[in-house]
Amino acid sequence: MILRARGLRRYFGEFCALDGVSLEIREGEFVSVVGPNGAGKSTLINVLTGLLKPNAGRVFFKEREITGLGPVKLCRLGMARSFQLVHIFPELTVLEFLKVAVVSRLGRGGRLFSSLARDREVHGQALEVAELFGLAEKQTTPAKHLPQGDKKLLDVASAFALQPQIILLDEPTSGVSTREKHTIMDILVSASKRIGIKSIIQVEHDMDIVFGYSDRIIALHQGKLLAEGTPDAIKANEVVVNTVVGKKEWARRA
Amino acid sequence: MRRAGLALVVALILAMPFVAGDYYVTLMLPFFAYSVILLGLNLLFGYTGLLSFGHALFIGVGAYAAAFLTSKFGVMHLEAILLAAAGAAVLIAAPIGGLCVRYVKIYFAMLTLAFGMLFHSFLLKFYFVTGGDEGMRVLQPFLLGFDLSQIPKVRFLTRPFYYYSVVVLAVATFVMWRIVSSPFGLCLRAIRDNPDKAQSLGVSVKRYRWYAFVISAAYAAVGGALLGPTTGQVDPNLAYWTHSGNIVFMMLLGGFANFFGPLVGALVFIFLQDTVMSIVPYWRLVFGAILALIVIAAPGGLMGLLDRRAVSWGEKSRQGGAPP
Ligand SMILES: Nc1ncnc2c1ncn2[C@@H]1O[C@H](COP(=O)(O)OP(=O)(O)OP(=O)(O)O)[C@@H](O)[C@H]1O
Ligand SMILES: [Mg+2]
Repeated sequence: MILRARGLRRYFGEFCALDGVSLEIREGEFVSVVGPNGAGKSTLINVLTGLLKPNAGRVFFKEREITGLGPVKLCRLGMARSFQLVHIFPELTVLEFLKVAVVSRLGRGGRLFSSLARDREVHGQALEVAELFGLAEKQTTPAKHLPQGDKKLLDVASAFALQPQIILLDEPTSGVSTREKHTIMDILVSASKRIGIKSIIQVEHDMDIVFGYSDRIIALHQGKLLAEGTPDAIKANEVVVNTVVGKKEWARRA
Repeated sequence: MRRAGLALVVALILAMPFVAGDYYVTLMLPFFAYSVILLGLNLLFGYTGLLSFGHALFIGVGAYAAAFLTSKFGVMHLEAILLAAAGAAVLIAAPIGGLCVRYVKIYFAMLTLAFGMLFHSFLLKFYFVTGGDEGMRVLQPFLLGFDLSQIPKVRFLTRPFYYYSVVVLAVATFVMWRIVSSPFGLCLRAIRDNPDKAQSLGVSVKRYRWYAFVISAAYAAVGGALLGPTTGQVDPNLAYWTHSGNIVFMMLLGGFANFFGPLVGALVFIFLQDTVMSIVPYWRLVFGAILALIVIAAPGGLMGLLDRRAVSWGEKSRQGGAPP
């Protein structure tokens, strides 16, 4: 078991966005979190990664309790994440962007007087990730000048550059055309194998992607766990299909 | 190209005492001091994204350190004074910075402003220690162990002290250049661009902001200590909030996106202020207009204008050279 959560609850004022969710993620698993808008998917990711503190419940990472630890500490332990909305460093070039992650992982951020340009190790590792994600040709482009799709890819790539054991991706392919989605998903899967990432949790709306890539699916609705199971089990689960996908949509696809 | 430009500037600075009149040579002294201050201020703003409106506090700390050490404790060695100024600033900035970096944007600016005001009032109210609004005298310091008091004051300022200041600025510039080109410097820029993302990549945002704050305070104090010997006098106005405003103005004038931008801003500010003041009494009016113009028409400051020129020239020449 790499990640385990019990009874997670999170309020925003009176509103309960996450209402007693428990889950277990095993090593080697690709898990998708699905649910309609406002189901609490992002809140779940934020609580698991320490960005938000839960009002109740506990989280364990490799049997060690991590409830309440912040993102920086979790990062050290081997957990990385990307955000639903694109998060970039606009003024940094693609390579500098990835170097931030590498510098952080190697614990070199506190080096005040050493030359970053001469650090071959950081350079090499950042370039390697750029190559894995097909961004090597744009390595000197400032992130703000990248097309939207590449911004998203760079955002995700920097999380991979942390070489985490588990990575949580909040809609890694949002805002990208369906055809590109598959390309990106293939990149993510092969990159995680190369880097040695054990488990992936992703939030995704596109059910083709969800069914195509997941080992297991967790469905949320109104902050509660609606169902969980293999893609086949979820496909056969009418309640999930109705709430998450919508009956008409499902009929149209069938 | 850039190196050639830099070498030319350095050569001009080194030759200045021999070719320019004493008046203009002494005008360069505050330029060196403010350059050191601005290197620090821009680490905080240009590189880390935090605008301090209270940095005059640390200028004051440095300047008063020079005054206390020379006139009360008989410590005359400028090397010791500069080190003590930096040390005092670090001690004061550590707790203040620890608090301020928990806030960002306007809240950070206001908090630093508040601390600046507190220190200014302290200088005024504790007049029996600080001399109140009269200020304190800064005695002529020893340079590299040499007591130069037999040299006439102007000669001291325009030769040994001038070159001493140049060396201090050169060292400060070199160290700051190393800092901004280090892994730490990269982390600061990441924090400036997107603190949430930086944090998610494992960068300790608050800790690094705090480092930047303390370093910039030490720079301000060293610059402040260099200001004292020129006038031989320090007073609470050095720590007043309008002085904080002035250095922010210099930074914007020159352009904070460029490593040397703020230094250009300091130079233009000092010489412009001198010229305008001798023509009209309302120099603040003129400077206000200039500041407004910069914010509206050239947000990148003077260096920003130059850079844009360079880019468009480069593009033109490339277009000219490429086949249609
Ligand atoms: N910071 C916040 N303050 C107040 N309410 C919030 C906050 N963040 C989320 N919420 C509310 O909590 C609920 C769950 O939000 P969340 O972002 O987790 O949904 P989601 O499942 O990720 O939805 P989407 O598919 O639109 O991304 C929503 O109703 C949202 O309005
Ligand atoms: Mg969401």
